[in-house]
Amino acid sequence: MRTWLTQHARTLAATCARFARSRMASLLNIAVIGIALALPVGGYVILGTLQHLARTHGSTPQLSVFLALDASGDDAAAVRDRLKRHASVLKFSFVPRDQALRELKASAGLADVVDSLQHNPLPDAFVVDARDGGAGNLQNMREEFRKWPKVAHVQLDTAWATRLDALLRLGKLVVLLLAAALGIAMVAVTFNTIRLQILTQREEIEVSRLIGATDPFIRRPFLYYGAVLGAFGGLAAWALVWAGAYVLNHSLTEIGQIYGASLNLRRLTPEESTGIVLFSTWLCWLGAWLSVQQHLVAVDPV
Amino acid sequence: MISFTAVCKRYPGGVEALKDVSFTVADREMVLVTGHSGAGKTTLLKLMAAIERPTSGSVVINGQNVGTLRRRAIPFLRRNLGLIFEDHKLLFDRNAFDNVVLPLNIVGYDSREAARRVRAALDKVGLLHKERAYPITLSGGEQRRLAIARAIVHRPAMLLADDPTGNVDAEHARELGDLFRSFHQVGVTVVIATHDALLAQHLASRAIALRSGGIVPEFPRT
Repeated sequence: MRTWLTQHARTLAATCARFARSRMASLLNIAVIGIALALPVGGYVILGTLQHLARTHGSTPQLSVFLALDASGDDAAAVRDRLKRHASVLKFSFVPRDQALRELKASAGLADVVDSLQHNPLPDAFVVDARDGGAGNLQNMREEFRKWPKVAHVQLDTAWATRLDALLRLGKLVVLLLAAALGIAMVAVTFNTIRLQILTQREEIEVSRLIGATDPFIRRPFLYYGAVLGAFGGLAAWALVWAGAYVLNHSLTEIGQIYGASLNLRRLTPEESTGIVLFSTWLCWLGAWLSVQQHLVAVDPV
Repeated sequence: MISFTAVCKRYPGGVEALKDVSFTVADREMVLVTGHSGAGKTTLLKLMAAIERPTSGSVVINGQNVGTLRRRAIPFLRRNLGLIFEDHKLLFDRNAFDNVVLPLNIVGYDSREAARRVRAALDKVGLLHKERAYPITLSGGEQRRLAIARAIVHRPAMLLADDPTGNVDAEHARELGDLFRSFHQVGVTVVIATHDALLAQHLASRAIALRSGGIVPEFPRT
């Protein structure tokens, strides 16, 4: 047991020494792994941020009930009564046509347009929050409200959220495909790196075998190299994503301020960060293992 | 104990290196395997270390049939052997000390104990003052002795040397012969393949003479 531990500790030390010896090549390898991993992780972060946005801004599905332009105050009151009594309505608010016009005028660059109008083209409206946000239920409510007197148009406000959701699903798929492709690339990079190492250390492997080294002993340094490469690559990816988010967040905050929303890329959680490093370690270990399986047989003197 | 029974070795391509070879080497015995180059001396040693497997017949070392040994068991057989190769097989990217320590690292020795043993082995072959030297800076004879140090550092019970005095002048060869004799005297089984008649004469131990893959009878019939 103690011998076994010593051997592993020695291998780890030798691996680190090898990294230190071929600094340039190791750094480039780590950079390749880091960048390959940073792309899908970055995509994942952006998607997560968008999803968060969609959830906070589009989570309560709303119906806008527009009354006809010629509806009177009594008509509006009648609709208000009906909404109050309706079982599916959680709450609602009334937006009078004058207020709607004022809001439109206040929003960016439309003041001139609004001023040039001779009369208010906007109808009175109710904004209704449904008790149950299911798509079917909202559709039913829309059909029902539409038949009420003096109701001109009922609009479902969840349409953009649904669309964003679909886009996000597509984005997720793209990120997954990207991750799969780059994961394979990472395995390939380690595979090749280890293949070169085996070729340059062919003699050492051969001599070690002749004086009684077991296969695990010969395999160990290469597997360690792969794992350490993966771990450093994972750290590099994490650092790249962190730095990217840091740089982007500055401009994003500015943009967010313009639109009155808080726009910030989310940070990776500690669990996610650990996961990335572990996954990268595992992938590169796998590449090393495949390479060792493939190439050590070729050096076998027996 | 080493025992060969009706061993044949045919290499791919049909070259028959050994034909029906049978002999035994007792524990603590020193034996020379003599013959011209191409007589099968190297093949004989390779069969003992499971570097080659016999085409037919059995090679038994300390009760283990080496010819049918599983792949995973071979390293443990070799750890009991000290192998000296015709071409030394030294590693040129590390110094003398690191070359000799290799067998101990493989077994997983404590580094202080390993260092002690390496120095003892280097001292034995007279290279203690060159432990930091790289093999490329050593003379042919010194490289040979370094290879011997690596073969004995883990104190094997059996020493197999393939042409240890090739390209070495007579005086050096005698020194090497004395070295092998000293190993033999402390109880190591020594098998030396050589075509060096002087060395054979100097050691004056039992010889197995090979000629074109077969053993030459000690008392040839007329």
